[in-house]
Amino acid sequence: MIIKDVLCPFCGCLCDDLAVEVENNKVVDVKHACKIGASKIMGHDRIKAPMMRDDKNGEFREVSYDEAINESAKILANSKRPLLYGWASGVCEMMKKGVLLNEEVGGIIDNTASVCHGPSALGVHEKGLPTGTLGQFANRSDLVVFWGCNPVQAHPRHMSRYSVFNKGFFTAKGRKSRKVVVFDVRKTDTAEMADEYVQVNPGEDYLVISALRAVVADKADVVPDSVGGVPKEKLVELGEAMKGAKYGMVYFGMGLTQSRGKYKNIDNAVSLITELNAHGKHSILPMRGHYNVTGFGQVCAWETGFANAVDMSRGIPYYNPGETCSNDLLMREEIDAAMVIAGDAGAHFPAQSIARMGKVPVIQVDPFHNPTTEMANIVIPTKVSGVELEGTAYRMDAVSLRMRKLVDVDFPSDEEVLDKIIAKIREIKGASS
Amino acid sequence: MSEMRIKNATVYDPINGINGDLMDIAVKDGKIVDSVGGSAQTIDAGGRLVYPGGVDAHTHIAGSKVNVGRIMRPDDSRLNNKPRTKVTRPRTGYTVPNVYSMGYGYAEMGYTTAFEAAVPILKARHTHEELEEIPILDKAGLTLFGSNWMVMDAIREDDLDRLAAYVAWGLLASRGWGIKIVNPGGGEAWGFGKNVSGLDDPVPNFEVTPRQIVRQLAEANEKLNLPHSIHLHCNNLGKPGNYETTLATFDVCKDIKSKRDRQSLHVTHVQFNAWGGNHWGDIESKSEPIADYLNKNDFLTIDMGQLVFGSATTMTADGPVQYANARLLKARWSNGDVELEDSSGVTPLEYHPQSYIHGIMWAIGLELALLTKDPWKVLMTTDHPNGGPYVNYPMVMTMLMSKKRREKEMEKIAELTFDRTSIAGIDRELDWYDIAIKTRAAHAKVQGIIELGKGHLGVGADADIAIYDIKPDETDATVEFDKVEAAFRHAAYTIKGGEIVVKDGEITATPKGRTYWVKATAPADGHERMMEDLKMKFKKYYSVNMANYMVQDEYVEHPYVFETGYQ
Amino acid sequence: MNLNATFISGRTVNQGCNLENKTSKAYFDAAAYCEMNSGDASSLGVEPGNNVKVTTDHGSVVVPMAICDGNPDGLVFIPMGPWANAVVDPDTKGCGMPGFKGIPAVVEPTDEKAPTMPELMARLK
Repeated sequence: MIIKDVLCPFCGCLCDDLAVEVENNKVVDVKHACKIGASKIMGHDRIKAPMMRDDKNGEFREVSYDEAINESAKILANSKRPLLYGWASGVCEMMKKGVLLNEEVGGIIDNTASVCHGPSALGVHEKGLPTGTLGQFANRSDLVVFWGCNPVQAHPRHMSRYSVFNKGFFTAKGRKSRKVVVFDVRKTDTAEMADEYVQVNPGEDYLVISALRAVVADKADVVPDSVGGVPKEKLVELGEAMKGAKYGMVYFGMGLTQSRGKYKNIDNAVSLITELNAHGKHSILPMRGHYNVTGFGQVCAWETGFANAVDMSRGIPYYNPGETCSNDLLMREEIDAAMVIAGDAGAHFPAQSIARMGKVPVIQVDPFHNPTTEMANIVIPTKVSGVELEGTAYRMDAVSLRMRKLVDVDFPSDEEVLDKIIAKIREIKGASS
Repeated sequence: MSEMRIKNATVYDPINGINGDLMDIAVKDGKIVDSVGGSAQTIDAGGRLVYPGGVDAHTHIAGSKVNVGRIMRPDDSRLNNKPRTKVTRPRTGYTVPNVYSMGYGYAEMGYTTAFEAAVPILKARHTHEELEEIPILDKAGLTLFGSNWMVMDAIREDDLDRLAAYVAWGLLASRGWGIKIVNPGGGEAWGFGKNVSGLDDPVPNFEVTPRQIVRQLAEANEKLNLPHSIHLHCNNLGKPGNYETTLATFDVCKDIKSKRDRQSLHVTHVQFNAWGGNHWGDIESKSEPIADYLNKNDFLTIDMGQLVFGSATTMTADGPVQYANARLLKARWSNGDVELEDSSGVTPLEYHPQSYIHGIMWAIGLELALLTKDPWKVLMTTDHPNGGPYVNYPMVMTMLMSKKRREKEMEKIAELTFDRTSIAGIDRELDWYDIAIKTRAAHAKVQGIIELGKGHLGVGADADIAIYDIKPDETDATVEFDKVEAAFRHAAYTIKGGEIVVKDGEITATPKGRTYWVKATAPADGHERMMEDLKMKFKKYYSVNMANYMVQDEYVEHPYVFETGYQ
Repeated sequence: MNLNATFISGRTVNQGCNLENKTSKAYFDAAAYCEMNSGDASSLGVEPGNNVKVTTDHGSVVVPMAICDGNPDGLVFIPMGPWANAVVDPDTKGCGMPGFKGIPAVVEPTDEKAPTMPELMARLK
C-alpha cells in the first residue's frame, strides 16, 4: 500500500508530499523524501520496553509501563524544581499536556529552541518579525540570502521546494529567477551553490549587518574599508542589491543565534529587513530544526503567553530567558529532577550542563536510546509521531499541518504517558494535601 | 435534565421587544423554555439587570496573528496574571491574553459568543486549535477572501458562479462562518511592498479593482445565501482623508439585495476609516457624513472600533497599514504574508490622550454610535485588540450611556481634539435597551445567528444569560457610571447554555463552547471550473499539497454546521 | 606543534540521519570528527583519520581529523553532538543560549583514543 501526501517528521521544512510504501504494517520504501527524512521514516532500533535503574552507572531493568509511570510521577511530585525539557519531536497535542503537567508540578517547561532559535525569540521581542509563508517566498523572492545556515546539510529539500530551485508565479525561471547569497564563516555546501559567498569573520556578523544597514540608509560613507572580514565595496554592492530586490528574503540559522551577540544579531537583522521594506518587499525567516519545534512555541504561547522557558513555580507563568532556560538552571544547580521528552538534552547540551543531570533523577520519554538514556533513571518508550501517530505540527513558517499515521504499533503515545503521569501526580498531591 | 428559573429579572431582550420588564426566565436543558417545575434551581435576580449573553461580532481572539502578538510581547503577557484555581487555568495578558484568559475575560463580562474576524484559509487550522482551547464561549471565524488569487482570477474572468463555488469551498476548508474582506486587493499588492490607493486602483498583476472585489464577493455572498453579509475592512484604513473612500465603498453595495433579514454589507471598525484632512497635521473627524449615510440607508451596518487609551496590540490582514504604523511610531513590527491569500501585520502601540490624533480617534468611535439614530446599525466594538482590549467594553458602554462620563474622559484629552470633532456637543445618552442592542442583539442579527438562538431570550433560544449586579430602575446611568461600569465588568451571573459559568464575577465552570461554520452548496458548473483552477494553483503555487490543506474535523471538536447554499 | 583555532559546531546531513540512531557506529562516524582545512592539517602534521585533541577553556575531546577546505585558516568544526559538547561554553551570557560557536580552542595531534558516546556520557555522572 502506498500512502500519499505524507508529512515528513524530521526538519522544519515539514515536506508534505512524501509517498510511503507500507507492507504488512512495515514501512518498506519512502519516496520524495531527502536522505534524512527517509532514514527517519524507515526507522531505527528502538527501546523495546520501559526501563529503570537507581544507579545511573548501573544496568537498566525492564519494568512495566505502570511502574515506570508511577515512579516518574513520584519523582516529579516530590521535586521542588523539576525541569521538563524537549518537546520538539512530538505533536502539538502532547505539548498541551506538557504545559498542563508543568502547572501541576510547578516546574519549568523548556523546549529545544533554547539551544537553537531561543535567541531569535528574544530578537522578536525587541523588533518583531517581518515574515510570511514559504509559498510566498517561493512565488516571489528574487534575492535569497542564507545567513549562518546550511540547508544543503540541515534542510535538504528547502532549496528545491521553497527557496532556490522551484518555480513560482513570479519566479517562473526557477533558479535563474533568483540571486543567491550566502553569508557564513566557512564555505559550506550551500555556499558552493550560491551566486555569491561572503565570508564573515567568526562572531562578527553583527558588524556586517550594521554595515549593510548603513549602505541601505545611504550612509555608505561611514562604512570602514573592511567590516567583519568583508571589503567595503562588497558590502556596498550587496546592500544596493538588497535595496533593488523586488522581494528579498533572508533565511538564518545557528550561525547568527549561537555566535557572539546571539539575540542581538537577530535584532539587528530584523532591523535591516524592516528598513529594507521602505524599498522593495523583504522578509526574514529562522530555519527551524525539528519538524515541530515551531509548534511548541505556538502551543506554549497560546497556553501561557510565552513561547518557551516558562517557570510555574510562582503559580503563574514566568518567563525570563537567561534565568529560566535549561542551561541556566542546570548551571546554577537549581534542578532537582528532570524529564526529557521528545528531545535529547544529553546530545545537545554542553557537557557541564549535562553533568548536573548526572546528579538528579532523570526521566526520559523517547522511542530511541540516545545520550539522554545514558543519564536516565527511568526510560519510557513511546510512539514515533508522524510515523506511528497522527497529530499537528507547525512548519518553520508557522503553517500548521496534520501529520499522518503510517503504521500501527503497541507503544503508547507521549500524550497517553503524560495523561497517566498527570493523573498519578494529582493522586499523590491530593493524598498529601 | 437540568432546570433553572431566574425570577424577578429586569429583562432587556430587544430581539423580542422586551424593554425592562420584570419577569421570570425559565431554562431547561440549556434552552429558554416557557416554564419549569417547582424543583428547578432558582436564582433570585431581585430586580437586577438581565441581558442575553453578550455577542461580539468582531474581535481578534485566536490564530496566527494573535499568537504573533503574544510571542512578540512578553511585556503584555506579564500583565493581568492570575494563578490557576480549582476551576481555571493560569491567566496572562492584557491586549493578547492567553487562550484561557480570553474565554474567562469575556465570560466575566457576561459575554458568551465571539467572532474571530480574520482567518486566512491556509492558517485556519491554527485558528481552530486556539478557538478549541478558549473556554466557555461559542465561536466562529470569518474567512479572508479579499486578496485571494482564486477570487481575483474568477472576478477578472467574470465568472460569478466559479467565485461563489470558491467561497463555498474556502468556508469549508477553513470551517469559516462568512466572507471577510480586508483592504480589498491591498494584501496582494503588499506582496511586493505596494498598496492599492482606492476603489478603482487595479491590483498589480491581477487587473481587478477593489470595487470589483467588494461587489462580486457581495453578490457571491447572496448567491450562496450566507447567514452573514460580507464583512468589510475598507481600503485606506488609517489614512487622513479616508472617509471619502469609505462612503464610496458603501455605495458599491447599495443595490445588493439581501435574501435574509439582515444587511447586505457590514463595514467594520469604521472609526479607523472616518478620517478627514489631508495629513496628520489636519486630521479631523468625518463621522457626521458617515452617520448621515447610515441614517439615510438601511442596507448596511457598521461597528465602532472604539479607541481606548493605553496599550493596544494592532493586528490586521492590512499588511501595508501596519508597516506604516510601525515606521511612524518606531514600534516593533511583525508581518505575515500568506501565499496566494493575503497579508497581515502586528504592531504594539500605546494610545495617548494627549495626542490629538488619538483623541480624535477616540471621539470618532463614539460619534459614530451616537450620531447614527438607529442603534441596530452601529455595533459596539473596540476591534479588540486594535482599538484596545475587549475588557474595556464596560467603560465604553458607560461612555455611550453618560455624557458626564464622556466629559470626564475629555478632561484628559488634548484640547485640539475638540476643534476637530463634534463629541463635546453631543448630548445623546443611550439607555439600557440601546446597550442591549449594541452589545448583543444587533451583533446576533448582523451575524445571522438569531435563528440559532443567539442574542435573545425567546423560547427556544440558547440559555446564554447575563445578570448584572445593578437595578435599572434605581440607577441613573448618566450619573452613576462608575457603578454601572463595575457591574458590567463582573457579571453577578453568566449563564452559558444553562450552566452557571460566572458567579459574583468569578469563573465557576469552564465548559467547551461550540464552533459555528457554514457549509454552502454552490452552482455545480461553477464548482467544476473552480476545482480545475484550484488544482492548478495547488500544483504550481501553494507550498502545501491540496490533500493536506483543508481543516480536518479533528480541529473542530464541537461544531455546529449551518447548511445553506445556492438554490 | 599546536593549532590555535576558533571552534564552531553545527548540523550535517549524516548527523541528522543518525539522530535516532545514536548508539551506532554510524552516529560516531557522523558526529565524532574535527574538520579543518588542508593547510591547518599539514601544519599540525596530521592526516585524515588521525586523532586530534581539541581543548578549550571548557574541556577537551579527542576525535579523528577530517579535511574541509571550505574552512578558513584556523577555523575548526565538530558536528553538533556529545563530542562537540565536551568543549563548548555552557555560559549563556544571560540569554539562555550556551556558546556553541566561536570558542577559542587549541588543536594538537594525539595518540589518545576517541571516546565512544557512552564513554563520554559516563564522564558526566
